[in-house]
Order: sequence, then structure tokens, then C-alpha cells
Amino acid sequence: MEKNEQKKNEQELLTVTSGDMFQPYDWSVGLFGSRFLAELRDNKKIYGIKCPKCGKVYVPPRKICGSCYVAMDEFVPLSDEGEVYVCTIVHFGFVDPETGKQRPVPYGYAFIKLDGADTCLTHFVNSTDPEKFKVGARVKAVFEEKRKGSIADIKHFDIID
Amino acid sequence: MGKRVAVVGFGQTKGRSSRKDVNGQELINEAVVTALQDAELTIRDIDAIVIGNMDHFEGINYVDTWSVEGAGGVMKPIFKVTTGGTTGTTVAMSAYYHVASGMFDRVLAIGWEKNSESDTTGAIITAFDPVWERPNLGGAVAGLAIEASKYMSNYGVTERDGARVAVRERLHALNNPYAHLHQEWMKGIPVDQLVDLIVGSEQNVMLAYPLRMSDMCPRTDGAAAAVFASEDVAEKIAPIPAWVLSTVNRHNFALAGDVDMDRNTTMAKASKKAFEKAGIKEPLKEIDVCELYLPYSYAGLKWMEDYGFCEYGEGPKLLWDGVTDMDGELPVNPSGGVMSSNAIGATALIRVGEAATQVMGKAGTRQVPKDVNIAFATGFGGCYWADVMILGRRKPA
Repeated sequence: MEKNEQKKNEQELLTVTSGDMFQPYDWSVGLFGSRFLAELRDNKKIYGIKCPKCGKVYVPPRKICGSCYVAMDEFVPLSDEGEVYVCTIVHFGFVDPETGKQRPVPYGYAFIKLDGADTCLTHFVNSTDPEKFKVGARVKAVFEEKRKGSIADIKHFDIID
Repeated sequence: MGKRVAVVGFGQTKGRSSRKDVNGQELINEAVVTALQDAELTIRDIDAIVIGNMDHFEGINYVDTWSVEGAGGVMKPIFKVTTGGTTGTTVAMSAYYHVASGMFDRVLAIGWEKNSESDTTGAIITAFDPVWERPNLGGAVAGLAIEASKYMSNYGVTERDGARVAVRERLHALNNPYAHLHQEWMKGIPVDQLVDLIVGSEQNVMLAYPLRMSDMCPRTDGAAAAVFASEDVAEKIAPIPAWVLSTVNRHNFALAGDVDMDRNTTMAKASKKAFEKAGIKEPLKEIDVCELYLPYSYAGLKWMEDYGFCEYGEGPKLLWDGVTDMDGELPVNPSGGVMSSNAIGATALIRVGEAATQVMGKAGTRQVPKDVNIAFATGFGGCYWADVMILGRRKPA
């Protein structure tokens, strides 16, 4: 058995690389997602949606409140400011499946509870300083000049206090 | 209620950072052969198979099909189940349901992964919403770092507390020949000193603040398989079968941004329900050993509170008091846990298998130094969902 192990170790072990793959997808965001992204693109406005039963305000908007299992349709405007609910500063490198390339690091990443919302928007925060960028910090959305109708129309959030 | 069901055999491969000497099918086969040997069965005795791993990790889907010869599923019912991090517990639960239904007597559950074949973080990100969350998500490391940020902020927990969890897991791993990480240098050094060394080490690089290398699980290549048998055959197969006393799973939200980070609510709810079904009133006193899916250090503090082993904020005290060490009242992860081996699709099944092995008294150098009547195993997945399974020595009523 040991001899076999040794033999295996001496033998050249090969891998075959997949090559540069490209897989284009077109993801439907539905009626509510479309409205949310259009408001972001055209008016720099962030909208949530309110459950008629429990009153919880979700962002981004979606059709169903999972807990109550009822349909939602009341759009509510949210502030472009909010609070860092949880956060981290990502230092390690990895392949971004969106681009196939290394995601630039370090970067600030947070769940942001916008004023008026009960759930969080996950996004970049423009800080890698753990003294300033922490749970409870106040942040404000910075919008891209040219917006295309995606969550990336918010460039990142800035810390404002 | 269905048939009573027990785990009667378990097999796993040695965790390694890379197993270039085998392809996926061959790796799976190693675990299956070991499990069958453990149960003293042959593949002909197996009535059905449930298999799973992480979607996207090896860039090839339909493992039920392409591994069929290695898994032993030729001309048998074989099902693929993938639920992310919980895949291993979900294949166990699914095998349990197959047998409990009365339709099958002996079902094989298989979990496996070759993390070395892709970029783990990139692959994990593909499991999340492409429109809203993928663009900024930093995989499991960042997803767990944010939870740590909240827990530390809520309770004033420190980096030393996290390091103490890592020390427990890595010391336990030294007893486990299957563990991926064997940090021999830790041998013989007092726990306090190990914590200081880890916290003070410059080589212990920051991955995602506040998580450093020592706080995270490794990326592992490995496979595991367990045999589930009905009450009609279990006692004929195993001298001490590990009976399934209860099993529960809970999912919560679709988007990560919806998750309540104050508590691990799915784990809390699933555990509570499973304890209730198994008639466990005081989990800390009644459970003899745990094999918990703790993918990073602070889970070993906060989630202990969510399981109900102590009050909120008391996780660090439970840990530092030594309650969860090998010789403590409630040994946690005698195997070294996920922080010492993480072949993701196999990981949660290894928790179930290790728990069963403790009940069966076959854990060798990692067998806890006390009678094991009740063992608790868990699985954990991406958007904070939970599977739990309780195994016991006494045949359920």
C-alpha cells in the first residue's frame, strides 16, 4: 500500500484547464425590479416595497413577502442615506464571476439599512478604515454620472459622519 | 411516522488541499468503498443512492450521472440533491426519508467536493442573486465577516475569543487522521499561549476584516458516504446502530440583505424543533457530543447561543470555561470540525458521520471520553439556512 502511494507521488499528475469561457445571460428583473432600476437610472431615487400585512419595507422591491406569503404592491420612497448594519473590508483576492478577472481588493462591503427600509441593500462602501467604517456608521449613496439601469448605478456609499 | 432509521456505516477520505491523483468519480468511490467496508456490506446490498455537492464548484453538473460507476449507482435509483453548504446534511436527510418511507431498506448518502478545481469564492458567488447581490459579494469569507462584525459590536467579543475557538478546533483535529489541517506545532503548548501566538502572528493575514486566516476553514478535496438502514435490518448490520432521533431543516430569506444578523434564526428554530421532537429539554446536559458545521471561528461563540446551549452573549464564557473541549461537559467537534477540513459538499455529511461514529463508539483516537447516548450534528448554508440531525444509541420508541 505504502509502495503504491510512493509510486503515485513520483508520477506526473496532470490537470486540464477549461480555457476562457464566456457565458452571456439575460436575467429578467420583473415588473418591480424594472421600476426600481428605472427610478435609480432616471431619477437617482431608491424605492422599497411595503407588505400590506406585516408592514415590513423590503429593498430591493419584490412581489412576495415570504413570511406573510402575500403579494405586495405599495412602493415607498427611501432615503439615499442610511446606517451600516454589518460590514467587512475584503482583503483576499478571488475571481469575480461577473468578469472572470480578479476582483480589486481591498474594498469595503456592507449591508446598508436605508432610512425607511427594514431590510438591507448590500453594496460597496468607499472606505477601508476599520476605525471609521463600522457597524452603525452613517452612509450616503453616491450615484454614477452615466447610469445604465443596474445596481451599479449606485457607485458606492460614502461614510458621512 | 414511518420506519425507524439508523446510520450503520460511515466512510470518508483523508482531507487534502489537492487530490490530483484522482478525479471526482474516483474520490467518491474511495468514500463509498470505505463506508461499505465499515458496514460490512457490498454495493449489491444498497437499494438507492442520494448524492450531492456544490453547484458550479467543479464546473460540471449532474454528478448523479457522471459519477454513477464510482458511486455504485449503476442500475439503481440515484438522486442528486444540492443545497449549498447544507448539501451533506440534506443528502443525509434525504436518505433518512427514503428509508423512513418504508420503500427502501439500505440507502447510501454521498457528499463530495474538489475545492482545488476552481476558485471557491468565485464559485460561491454564483449561488447568489446575479442582479442585486453578486456584484459586491465577497463569497463566504466576506459573508461570515459581516456576521462577526455584528456579533462583536453587540457583545464586545474580541479577537482572542475567536482565536480560542480556532485553537479548540485545531487541537481536536490532531486526534483525527482524516482532518485536512494537522497543526503539529500546537502540540503541548498551553491554550492561553496558543491564543496569544495566533492573535500576535504577522503571518496570520487579514482575509476580510475582522477575519484572519486562522478564523476560517480551509479549502479541501474530500468525499464522505454514510449508510442509512431501516429498523428491519439495522441491528443485523451494526452492533450499535446510530438511530436518527430527529431531523429538521429551515430556510429563511432569498436575499442576503434580508437576513437578521443579530441571531442565526434558522439554526435556532431548527435546533429547537429537533430537540423537542427528540424529547430533549436541557440540550447542554442531555447531549453528549456535538459535530457542528462551524465554518469560521465566531460561529463557535454566537451559534452556541442560538442552539440554546447558553444565554445570548454567554458563548465566550462557555468556551473559555472549557465546556466544549474534549474533556468538557459538551465536547464540540472532536473531529476538528469544518475549520480543520472543508470539502464543502461532504462537510455536513461528515458532521452526521462523525456524530454517528461517536454513538457507535468507533471514533478511535477522537472518541470522547464518556458514554455517548445522544449526538447532535448540523449543516449550514449560504443565506443562513440550517439542517440539524440528532442521533442516539437508544432505538426510538
